[in-house]
Amino acid sequence: MKIVGLSGSRVGSKTRTAMDYTLGILAAKYPEAETVLLDLADYDVQFSDGRNYLEYEGDTGYVTRTLMEADAIIIGTPIFQASIPATLKNIFDLIPVNAFRDKVVSLFITAGSSKHYLIPELQLKPILAYMKAQLVQTFVFIEEQDFYRKEIVNDDVRLRLERLVEDTVVLTETFTQIREAKEAEYDF
Amino acid sequence: MEKYRIDKSKGMEFGIYTLGDHLPNPLTGERISAKERVHEIIEYAKLAEQAGVDFFSVGESHQDYFATQAHTVVLSAIAQATEKIKIASSSTIISTSDPVRVYEDFSTIDLISGGRAEIVAGRASRVGLFDLLGYDVRNYEELFEEKFELLLKLNEEEVVNWNGEFRAPLRDARVLPRPVTGSMPIWRAVGGTPASAMKAGYAGVPMFMAHLGGSTAVFKRTIDAYRQAARAGGHDPAKLPVATAGFFYAADSMQQALKDLYPHINEGMKLTNGQGFPKQLFAQGADPQNIMNVGSPQQIIEKILHQHEVFGHQRYIAQIDFGGMPFDNIRKNLELIGTEILPAIKKYTAK
Repeated sequence: MKIVGLSGSRVGSKTRTAMDYTLGILAAKYPEAETVLLDLADYDVQFSDGRNYLEYEGDTGYVTRTLMEADAIIIGTPIFQASIPATLKNIFDLIPVNAFRDKVVSLFITAGSSKHYLIPELQLKPILAYMKAQLVQTFVFIEEQDFYRKEIVNDDVRLRLERLVEDTVVLTETFTQIREAKEAEYDF
Repeated sequence: MEKYRIDKSKGMEFGIYTLGDHLPNPLTGERISAKERVHEIIEYAKLAEQAGVDFFSVGESHQDYFATQAHTVVLSAIAQATEKIKIASSSTIISTSDPVRVYEDFSTIDLISGGRAEIVAGRASRVGLFDLLGYDVRNYEELFEEKFELLLKLNEEEVVNWNGEFRAPLRDARVLPRPVTGSMPIWRAVGGTPASAMKAGYAGVPMFMAHLGGSTAVFKRTIDAYRQAARAGGHDPAKLPVATAGFFYAADSMQQALKDLYPHINEGMKLTNGQGFPKQLFAQGADPQNIMNVGSPQQIIEKILHQHEVFGHQRYIAQIDFGGMPFDNIRKNLELIGTEILPAIKKYTAK
């Protein structure tokens, strides 16, 4: 199972802090899973110009191919201007319309305000559903006060992230089994 | 229809196309050499002609896993190796070529073949060739429209005066040699969406519509949009031929056909497109109302005749060889086409 942690912004440190923690849980509880961290702050990703993802080179090519090869993707993202960051939207624009077919996608949000709670529900989930993702419906919403000096200080957030990781892995295994059983029935 | 060398009294035409892909056989992991692949394609055209197939075309793709970048050269070899089958491109990327050179090449192929050449002009589904050949992909749309227009003009007029953005102007230019009958059929390649088809319709140009999977009814909308746009553009749709092109595979049974074909499509698409073909969608290819022409010869005959009834098209073009399909399987398909499928289609569609 290949799981990619996608940290969706180049701004700030909270999303990366939560992503490091999440991938830490993953490594501890599911050492057999192959995990890759894609922090968009570490890559120079160009804007989508409409080409097939295989035709991008450099960082853009690496990021898109890594996502396309994943079985599951854990997206962590802040909320900016009551919306998802442009860096994250660009990732969706770079890959094909059915890019998340046969992939499980789960989410955590790092927001400066609880007023943003419905942004992922109204803006992010429809994109993921359109791109054919199997969604882990419950996302983890983390606020500014849950962090202190690049650490998560709210135990409840820690437990919720643990459940998110568990749900991601369990759903990926389940959907893979269901698909494989169904495909075996086709017998071709 | 005569202008496009289509004789309705003989029934719907049955053609074969190859993209010129050069992919490993997923069952063995082995890939034949480019030399073998090019010769295989020429042999494929010869066998298609022997089976009674009306049309054979070769694509132009400038990327990994393809072998017919110089598709006009391959077509001229086919012109020499065959006697009566129509030959064309599927498609020629006119956006990144000089229309004058393309026209010269194809009219020469027309002369070599004794009047059998046609051009299918497309926009390319991938953009790597823009870098390779020195064009700016931001002009994707306009490069195609301008050059396609010029190509049509070269076909209509022997002495050409023309001005454009992407090529030096032509002043009283004579583009030679001329095809056997003075002009050739030129088609516009369409990806299957109504918006794309309408562009061909407005210009009053024959449409070559490619399709992967899905219901026949969905593609009927595209064909309707094409004919409606043609009417709006002042053209008579009854004089404009429509060709449809997609996956084809005949075997003893539907199950065998799906089994033989699926790994080639799925693995081939992964390598060339970055995503495979979902099994669930492919399984639906068995449905009589699905556009994929797979199954037993009888099932395929019924599908094609149903499509003909719905579309009223003049030519169906089969893609069999994608994804490193072993040549023996291609040979078997041609045998079934020649002995069972073609005779039935001709019988029921001849007027």
